[in-house]
Amino acid sequence: MKPFTYERPADVASALTLVAKIPGARFLAGGTNLVDLMKLQIEQPTHLVDVSRLPLAEIEDTPEGGLRLGAMTTNSQVAADARVRARYPALAQAILSGASGQLRNKATTAGNLLQRTRCPYFYDTTKPCNKRAPGAGCAAIGGIHTNTAIFGASEACIATHPSDMAVALTALDARVETKSGSGEARVLALESFHRLPGDTPHIETELQPAEMITAVVLPPPPAGRQIYRKARERASYAFAIGSVAVAGDRVALGAVAHKPWRAEAAELALEQGASPAEAMAAELEAARPDGHNDFKLKLMARLGAACLTTTGAGDGQ
Amino acid sequence: MKTSFTVNGQAASLDLDPRTTLLDALRERLDLKGSKKGCDHGQCGACTVLVNGQRINSCLSLAVTHEGDAITTIEGLAQDETLHPVQQAFLAHDAFQCGYCTPGQICSTIGMLKEAADGWASLVTEDLTADVVLTDEEIRERMSGNLCRCSAYPQILAAIRTAGGLA
Amino acid sequence: MSSVKDWAAPTPISENRSGLIGKGVDRYEGRLKVTGTAPFAYEVEAPSPPAYGVLIASPIAKGRVTLADISEARVAPGVRLVWTPHNVPAQGERGAKINPRSQRGSNPALAERVEHFGQHVGFVVADTLENAKAAATLVRFEYAAEPADLIFEDRFGAAEQPEGEEDVRIGDFEGAFAGSPVRLDETYVSPLQNHAQMEPCATTAWWEGDHVTVHTSIQMVKGGQHTLAETLMIPSTQVRLVTRYIGGGFGGKGQAYDDLTLAALAARELGQPVKVAYTRQQMFQATIHRPAVHMRVRLGAQPDGRLDAFALEVVTHCRREAPFTEHAANFARSLYAAPNRLTGHRLVKLDIPAAGPMRAPGEASGMLSLECAMDELAEQLGLDPIELRLRNEPETDPETGKPFSTRQLVRCMTEGAQRFGWDRRNPTPGQVRDGRWLVGLGMAAAIRGNFLLPAKAGVRIDADGTITLRQGMTDIGTGTYTILAQITAETLGVPLAQVKVELGDSDFPPAPGSGGQFGAATAGSAAFAAGMNLRKALAELATGDPNSPLYGDDPELVTFGGGNIAVDNRAEPLDRLVARAAPDGVYVEGSITPAADARDYSQHTYGAHFAEVGVDPDTGEVRLRRMFGVFAAGRILNAKTAMSQITGGMIWGVGTALHEYNEVDPRYGSFIAQDLAGYHVPAHADIADLSAMFLDEVDDKANPMGIKGVGELGIAGAGAAIANAVYNACGARIREYPLKPEKVLAALP
Repeated sequence: MKPFTYERPADVASALTLVAKIPGARFLAGGTNLVDLMKLQIEQPTHLVDVSRLPLAEIEDTPEGGLRLGAMTTNSQVAADARVRARYPALAQAILSGASGQLRNKATTAGNLLQRTRCPYFYDTTKPCNKRAPGAGCAAIGGIHTNTAIFGASEACIATHPSDMAVALTALDARVETKSGSGEARVLALESFHRLPGDTPHIETELQPAEMITAVVLPPPPAGRQIYRKARERASYAFAIGSVAVAGDRVALGAVAHKPWRAEAAELALEQGASPAEAMAAELEAARPDGHNDFKLKLMARLGAACLTTTGAGDGQ
Repeated sequence: MKTSFTVNGQAASLDLDPRTTLLDALRERLDLKGSKKGCDHGQCGACTVLVNGQRINSCLSLAVTHEGDAITTIEGLAQDETLHPVQQAFLAHDAFQCGYCTPGQICSTIGMLKEAADGWASLVTEDLTADVVLTDEEIRERMSGNLCRCSAYPQILAAIRTAGGLA
Repeated sequence: MSSVKDWAAPTPISENRSGLIGKGVDRYEGRLKVTGTAPFAYEVEAPSPPAYGVLIASPIAKGRVTLADISEARVAPGVRLVWTPHNVPAQGERGAKINPRSQRGSNPALAERVEHFGQHVGFVVADTLENAKAAATLVRFEYAAEPADLIFEDRFGAAEQPEGEEDVRIGDFEGAFAGSPVRLDETYVSPLQNHAQMEPCATTAWWEGDHVTVHTSIQMVKGGQHTLAETLMIPSTQVRLVTRYIGGGFGGKGQAYDDLTLAALAARELGQPVKVAYTRQQMFQATIHRPAVHMRVRLGAQPDGRLDAFALEVVTHCRREAPFTEHAANFARSLYAAPNRLTGHRLVKLDIPAAGPMRAPGEASGMLSLECAMDELAEQLGLDPIELRLRNEPETDPETGKPFSTRQLVRCMTEGAQRFGWDRRNPTPGQVRDGRWLVGLGMAAAIRGNFLLPAKAGVRIDADGTITLRQGMTDIGTGTYTILAQITAETLGVPLAQVKVELGDSDFPPAPGSGGQFGAATAGSAAFAAGMNLRKALAELATGDPNSPLYGDDPELVTFGGGNIAVDNRAEPLDRLVARAAPDGVYVEGSITPAADARDYSQHTYGAHFAEVGVDPDTGEVRLRRMFGVFAAGRILNAKTAMSQITGGMIWGVGTALHEYNEVDPRYGSFIAQDLAGYHVPAHADIADLSAMFLDEVDDKANPMGIKGVGELGIAGAGAAIANAVYNACGARIREYPLKPEKVLAALP
């Protein structure tokens, strides 16, 4: 790691001021991704502002009947919460299907959304990567890696977003609350929080510099059943090669794009009376596999249809 | 930078390079080498320790963030000559071979048993709203953050059943 | 030289009077391991605080280092030294002079010539690990890259016969195959795999005068000592290599790596202890791996299942400068009867990291082919897979005609079938469901050779009665400490608690180390011989001592038991005898060499695997549901540690079948998976109900104790049983391992 300095401010305002003021400063929450990447020189902050102990670790009921997950709630805490388990089972399942018990005890809600891709060419710093070094090129293109995007990839980047939790949050229509150094608060829909790579794959979210996630807000649970299912290359402790979240009538897919992928075409088809298989076929019409990741078409078609069948999404339309 | 925490009940006050992970602080500064470095990236679990009773990967946690924390490592489990029940069960069931993942497995087991006792669900919990019953499948899923390349998993499972009073 | 006939006589081991042989006693060093107090190489306390070394890897696959600018790194905080190809101290050529048994084929550390991606080209030592790591990023290199051969499949045309090898032909394979009424001709592919030991390679080194002490993680004590001596250009007597605990080896730590070389060189340069560990990423790129293997199997059979013709032809790869052949066809030479046979290997040389031995080299890959081919042939013939194997069970070794020393393969299969419930298997694939899961059963046979190498051991008894066995042997998790304690205690008739075992030190009598499933037999036989020599010495001591109740007795009549030495009803405790008659203790050595006629027998360990899997038709994911193995591997020394070895091997088979693979980037020569998130070894959730049993067996042609190895047998064939179960579950016959979801899904209707 490159040398850096560290401090732990007492409140959100100080943290925001520090990161706004110091070039190269970064927020440090659970650290399970940031420290990992710092060890490889992929992240090289000059100053770490430790926000892990800020009073943002509560799970509160909202007046609308939803839940506000403080940014610093841990993955374990959210998955263990009785309200989450009863009303947002897809979220609990998604969190519990990610990482390990140890990692979930440290990883936070905000950090989970901000975790970076697991593309092996991103991790291998001897390779060109437009995320690490904008303009350097993309070694994954022409590589032999199969866990790449089938939706929304660009000539600059074919990486996927690795989060399980964010896929469920997308299906649950969660919103992200933020604050910036000026004290300005914003609310972003989770489905538009992450960006497609375009020609700036190093810009992964809509967060502005020195803007901090303060909470993720869940609207009241949708009518209908929820599910999260994940396919992977070992039974546990492995990133998804494809995942599906269904919450009521909303559907989101994981490991298929640079962001959690809301399956709007599938939702529309369901609304119009399509079967689960037809709905997934409608969604996958827009997929652009690259010859290495073609298996994801069949995987998402089947896994998606299975999930929709289980929840009965679209029934009664 | 000055950081104070307790390790195995003993106060420790260190002047730390902010880059030092909790794992390296334990191993290289405090001479507590029981916690192991298998991957240094949170991908194997050999570095698992308990912080305020919760299991974490100490390799991904900067030591300076642990001001005031109560840290328990493998060295803090036995009482004098008496092994912790989880240690005893691992020994009796031959739940290790090379022994390198073992401290992490044992600390993880202790953390896991507490999580289950607190009613935390896992991916394989059928009914998320019901009480947790630690079946074999539950134990396997919950312990999957601790890789064992010698592959002592059947023996680890047996040890955990014994230590957890599930045998 | 001894004869196997000498080994049939009763011994303290075969008599097993105190019952220690075979008993599942707790691991000798277990308490240290469960308390985290067993010091691994990086954790050993040096005489003074060590400096920290960090390695820098090449980003090119082939070429040379043209520039190495250390100016920035040299002045970075805490830095003690920075080495590159241009200023690393001279190193002796390996394997050339001091000892021919040293490993060859590896470059001196930090060579200017780059022969694979990830080869180390730089080394930084600093006062702290953090400073060393940071400074390592400041060294600037330039390279002149050269075209490299990176892709195995592209180079099949250049495959060569390995030096000194011939294909083995018996009868007329081609003629017989052409005339066989039932034929199978399929190619199976096993991928490149990594050892992924939990403990990365590590060394702590220090010098006292012109003597160096290194604590390192290596499976072969003497090999490491001699290699380092050659590198340092000093006599081996000036190198003390210690390896008390090893965090997994599996063949991957059989040789010296750059951590050993550079820690020793830097400690000399700095006059301070230095410790060096590989990162996890370096473990992938800069140690050895199991190479990918293409295996063409041809089987020609009669309608009743008897094989007329059998061929297994293997193409594999190695690093250009480090010849190594994965002998994936060798096992098949002793497995099934067939009059016309062809087996052989071809080798492709590539500019990628070196291939080398990994747990059950040969069998682990090879059995993935033939044991699936037999399953496929059984289906073609309408026979049960076990029945097909029974019909091809040879009376004697099918190639050499030599008698088998022991062979219980048939019983392994029949006993296993009965206990597993094989009769519940529906031979038609895709018929059994449990919820959404398609469920299937599969089986495979297991065979793994048994070996005995020359070894020595030393044993002493002190005046307090403590018996200490010392051997330059290693325990890589195999249970060596424990079984040597059991052998020594049983041989000398003392309680286990009276025996100490000290291993892993080049100052101790040499043993070949851990590998090839030969450790227990080799080290154990030497320990047994040493114990027998100590019995003799003590018998002579007692019968020649006027103060002993045994005075004047015939030493041949002396017995040992309960901590006593006795003749008839006259006895005295060993500690009393030694304290009185030899107060400085008694030390003897013993040795073992292979019997002159041992090779007159075909000698193997055997087993049968049974697996039940579920296949998720939505995703192609395969989950193990149940696995059981029956094995015959000679006398079992410790029921507990042997079982752990065997089930560990079976789980490796699960990983081989379902999870593990690495790939080489065709442009850069780097592995795609460089960490444990990318390279999937089985996690706990992957392993469902899995167990095994051993058949009673004593192989008196194997060694004086009738034991055999168990460390590698468990993996042999295990993956094939899984693959056969996947086929039975869903009808997907996938011949390219591992059976990862995308392949299974593609094969599903």
